[in-house]
Amino acid sequence: MSLLEVKNLEVSFALRHGDLVALNDVSFTLDKGERLGIVGESGAGKSVTGFAVINLISKPGRISKGEVLFDGQRLDRFSEKEMREIRGNHISMIFQDPMMTLNPVLTIGTQMVETLRAHRKISVKEAEKIAIKKLDLVHIPSPERRLTQYPHEFSGGMRQRIIIAIALLAEPAIIIADEPTTALDVTIQAEIMELLIELCNSQDMGLMLITHDLGVVAEVTERVLVMYAGKIIETAATSDLVTSPMHPYTKGLMNALPGHGTCDKENRLQQIPGSMPNLTEIAPGCSFHPRCAFCQDICTKTVPELRKVAGSKDRLVSCHFPIGGQN
Amino acid sequence: MQTRRQKIKDSYLLYSFKRDKVAMVSFAILAVLLLAALFAPLLAPYNPYDPTAIDIMDSELPPSWMEEGEPRFFLGTDIQGRDLVSTMLYGLRISVLIGIGAVILQAVIGIGVGLTAGYLGGKIDAVLMRIADVQLSFSTLMVAIIVSAIVQLSFGVGRYEQLAVPLLIVIIGIAEWPQYARTVRASVLGEKNKEYVEAARVIGLDSRRIMLSHILPNTLSPVLVISTVQVANAVMSEAALSFLGLGMPVSRPSIGSLIDAGFEYIFSGAWWITFFPAVLLIVFILVVNLLGDWLRDVLNPKLYKG
Repeated sequence: MSLLEVKNLEVSFALRHGDLVALNDVSFTLDKGERLGIVGESGAGKSVTGFAVINLISKPGRISKGEVLFDGQRLDRFSEKEMREIRGNHISMIFQDPMMTLNPVLTIGTQMVETLRAHRKISVKEAEKIAIKKLDLVHIPSPERRLTQYPHEFSGGMRQRIIIAIALLAEPAIIIADEPTTALDVTIQAEIMELLIELCNSQDMGLMLITHDLGVVAEVTERVLVMYAGKIIETAATSDLVTSPMHPYTKGLMNALPGHGTCDKENRLQQIPGSMPNLTEIAPGCSFHPRCAFCQDICTKTVPELRKVAGSKDRLVSCHFPIGGQN
Repeated sequence: MQTRRQKIKDSYLLYSFKRDKVAMVSFAILAVLLLAALFAPLLAPYNPYDPTAIDIMDSELPPSWMEEGEPRFFLGTDIQGRDLVSTMLYGLRISVLIGIGAVILQAVIGIGVGLTAGYLGGKIDAVLMRIADVQLSFSTLMVAIIVSAIVQLSFGVGRYEQLAVPLLIVIIGIAEWPQYARTVRASVLGEKNKEYVEAARVIGLDSRRIMLSHILPNTLSPVLVISTVQVANAVMSEAALSFLGLGMPVSRPSIGSLIDAGFEYIFSGAWWITFFPAVLLIVFILVVNLLGDWLRDVLNPKLYKG
């Protein structure tokens, strides 16, 4: 049994003119120490997936179908009080903007001690000891001194490290990182990613990395889910997906990555024409068909199923005409 | 590592305080007044509460520098023959006590209601804020008149004298809490959608803890500013009530009841009984408000003058 198992998850938001389905039939698993990437454009449902796992979809949204199993327990059925025990304790989450996610008027020490004491009955002294240990783990120099400092005294990269340290406090089994490096510059991005990989290995933690950056995903993760308009359209081992994307959308994302080639016409960045549809006006058939270069008649009528690719172990793609696949 | 003293020394608060003459003068006057009020029993030459120390023959003596004035009574005496300086010191003590007590009560009720309404939102918010609106639609004076009339009737005037201080604190506190509730709620609405609040929820903190230890500290600067203004307002309200004869009894006068007591004799020439307490009240209110203005400017980063 996997550590985290998401089955046929559907999240919908109750709007004035009916339900809007933000996540449609999403299933995946995450094991101990496994690093899973979730990729997609803005609004594809990546973050909603993350929040759904910790059952923190804000109103008017709700989990309308499916199951979230953590260690065999149905998290989607947990009460708010039971969920608080899970959040931060067994599953932690890191956000995009480290400038915003720390409380500006409390010292780092206060915030860390409080987090620990919310989950365990320990003294402030003991909590501080643990906090120092975790700050050390994320390579923050002289952690004792840092505890008395305020968030504005740190740089962006340092703050993200502190946030990771806070996420690590209770030794969670899973960390959900929602675009953890988008607000940071590239060198620091690399450092943070290395840190995350290192922590996954040393602490045997599962990582759910939510990002729009395929480059980061290729570096960090072992498996990838590609999402489009609330659905998983392709999932594969990262190396397979990067070397031979099968869904035209994945292929398009790959082509939109800057490479190392010369700057001639062939190596120009290619963008995917159009933009992702608003969730209220998804076209019938395959939701990607209006932007797809390989679109045929059937694509505009029938929704392609997420099927296993013949001859592969666990590669799924949802396309009528996958690239390089014999249909 | 910086010591606490060093941090205070380097703070912008102190820096701007030292550059603002109005704030410094106001603070100095306020400090003198508050100390005088606090140590009134030590400073006052006479005890105005002690009937044996009062001689009715001394009544309505003018200030010492005027004709008929006696050096014993620097600012003269009131209608009962009490030394005006002593009575004013004791009166200020009562006024300040009521003012601060009422503001603490307002703050506790108002911050609690404002935090709950703002953070939880929805129906709870609607109900609590409508209650606040209803409360605001009664004027402080009206509530005070009704309540003190009822208390005077049911306990008798004798008991009322003992109950007057806590009663006035409760009346003024209850009448003005919506000010706090509205201010705090508005700040909470601004804060609660910030990412650090979401991060706190993701960590698994409960609502109470998020409200008290994460959101509240971020809403404190407007609370500090209205607190100064509200102290001035509460002292004013108390003076107004006492002036109308609904506040402190004449035997334990506050500034307001002193002004009231002297007012009847203003045309018979004994102007000092009203004049000096009135000046004291005006000075007190003015310095508190000036300090409040300064604090508002300092705590508002948009007005940061560097």
